[in-house]
Amino acid sequence: MTLPLEAHRYGEHDMVMPPGDPTSHDSADVPLETRLKLYRMLQTLRQFEKRAYDLFMQQLVKGTSHLSLGMEAIAAGFGTAMRPDDYTFATYRGHAHTLARGVPMEGVLAELLGRANGLLGGKGGSMHLTSVEHGVMGSYAIIGAHLTIANGAAWSAQYRESGQVAVCFFGDGTTNIGAFHEALNYAAVFRLPVVFVCENNLYMEYTAISDITAVARPAADRASAYGLEPIMIDGNDADACYLAAVSAFAHARSGAGPVLLEALTYRHGGHSRADPGKYKPPGELEAWLGYDPLTIYRGRLERLGVPTAEIQAVDDEVAAAVDEATTAAKNGAIPDPAAAYTDVWADGGSSWRN
Amino acid sequence: MAQLTYRDAVARGIAQEMERDDRVVLIGEDVAGAGGVFKTTAGLLERFGPKRVIDTPIAEQAILGAAMGAAMTGLRPVAEIMFSDFFAVCWDLVVNQMAKARYMTNGQVTLPLVIKSGNGGGLRFGAQHSQSIENWAMAVPGLKVVTPSTPLDVVGLMAAAVRCDDPVLFFEHKGLYSSKGEVPDGPIEDELGTAKILRPGADATVLALGLMVPRALAAAEELAGRGIDCEVIDVRSLVPLDTKAILESVGRTGRLFTVEENPRLLGWGAEIASIVSEEAFWDLDGPVVRITTPHIPLPSADSLEDLMLPSAERIQTEVEKAMQA
Repeated sequence: MTLPLEAHRYGEHDMVMPPGDPTSHDSADVPLETRLKLYRMLQTLRQFEKRAYDLFMQQLVKGTSHLSLGMEAIAAGFGTAMRPDDYTFATYRGHAHTLARGVPMEGVLAELLGRANGLLGGKGGSMHLTSVEHGVMGSYAIIGAHLTIANGAAWSAQYRESGQVAVCFFGDGTTNIGAFHEALNYAAVFRLPVVFVCENNLYMEYTAISDITAVARPAADRASAYGLEPIMIDGNDADACYLAAVSAFAHARSGAGPVLLEALTYRHGGHSRADPGKYKPPGELEAWLGYDPLTIYRGRLERLGVPTAEIQAVDDEVAAAVDEATTAAKNGAIPDPAAAYTDVWADGGSSWRN
Repeated sequence: MAQLTYRDAVARGIAQEMERDDRVVLIGEDVAGAGGVFKTTAGLLERFGPKRVIDTPIAEQAILGAAMGAAMTGLRPVAEIMFSDFFAVCWDLVVNQMAKARYMTNGQVTLPLVIKSGNGGGLRFGAQHSQSIENWAMAVPGLKVVTPSTPLDVVGLMAAAVRCDDPVLFFEHKGLYSSKGEVPDGPIEDELGTAKILRPGADATVLALGLMVPRALAAAEELAGRGIDCEVIDVRSLVPLDTKAILESVGRTGRLFTVEENPRLLGWGAEIASIVSEEAFWDLDGPVVRITTPHIPLPSADSLEDLMLPSAERIQTEVEKAMQA
């Protein structure tokens, strides 16, 4: 038997380098209008997460929070390709996936601050962001379950013949829990219109995914067990994500069954705010910072001839919107104590007896 | 009016609701082609077709996840967990996901779904296929919990559960599947959160649930011959709990007994004993007595299992002993 930490010291596993060439999708078939939308979304997600981090450091955000810094291209690419009535199922690391469906920043930020104007009135918090009116059917904080729940939404869409697709985002760590395998088999058997998106950021919390997974590609190498194609995509290139999403949604909508994709990416920060990320081999973060989704996309727009001033204007508009949302969130009221007793039941209340 | 078995009543209740509302669908292991391992869903596939009655893999998390996702997007699923013991492999879906979804989302998510399950002992299945777990479910805010004891209640409470906009755990007692009772023709709907007085009495209130109901009634008949007039109440619904009916009865009789199949610690009767001691202490003429299965996993041998589950004889003895003390 060889134990990973006998074979190498903690944090000294083999480095995984960024996959590719930042210009690889310069000539991809994505309309400029869509590209400008994608860039604006990338900026929104980046600036929002930085602000969330700052508000933590100011101790305005309580509890924990899991940021997507470095992983924005996946939420932006898939969110932009979705139909307004499609369903998103996200994880506790779900700020980006929620915002990518058009949910206003104020509600998300106010929820992180525990205010009454929060998306969930302060009753859910960072890990449970939901906005049914935007198709965000929830953020789920216990690994595994939400893949099976996404199946249910896809089954309902199939039953109602609505043409909707359920899109389920999860991390590499999820591929080792039982519910992942139950969900994939179930979706494949019933040919459900569901798209599973594994965001492989190389780390399961504080542990290298390669140290605790039997295969090299945690999601893609499991696909064949369920009769699915192994699909790897560049999770840092928003065009690659967008095009993969368009293709996966068309497949799922056609009645051909589920799609499983593995998007290779990198989490710039720790697992949560408690984690300084000491398990990352020296030089790995720097390598990935050199393949940053924002830098890649900004460079692409410039190479395609978008004037720098136009790009800068997007950055500035997003910054102003983040500031405005921050002010609105900070000014939000503390929740009414009575709110703690509402909505246990569909009648709006919490009574369990007469 | 027809004599119906408890197992046929389950299928009748589901069929009634599927007939009424095409958003009602049924999933579970062996529920379609085989009509259920306990035959509680027999005939539904033939009547409603393979789009609405679906055999699933042995994958309890996938089953309940499918039910939850479908419920939040417009269907009204009924999912079967074959033996209630199997809830332990999908409890995350029940407790962390279904029970909390509405609350955490500030009312954005509604989950009109029913999980039906074969519960309880007496069939010599051993410790992993015989548990009574209503009290597990009762302990979780956000779940409604019912356990019918007669074919009529099965039909009516199934209808109420399907029409309820909250997740309902519907515990069928495996030991009652072959029991029979009168069920009127035509649509039937009952009400969650309502207990039923099955035998009025003046001397003592005896609360029972599921398989314990017929045993409590049999004990009450014996006790009547010995001068103790018991009021037997079928609790039926643990959440919501009909505390009004229970407190009123205790107000009349002055004594309370609970007959529980669950193991001793934190059984449903403990909560009721607590409520009665807080709110009706001065109505009581003696201690509340809980008659339960001992705090053990159930043994499989018939001789041993019969010794562990409360029997009519044990109920009679314990009530008589307490009333004479």
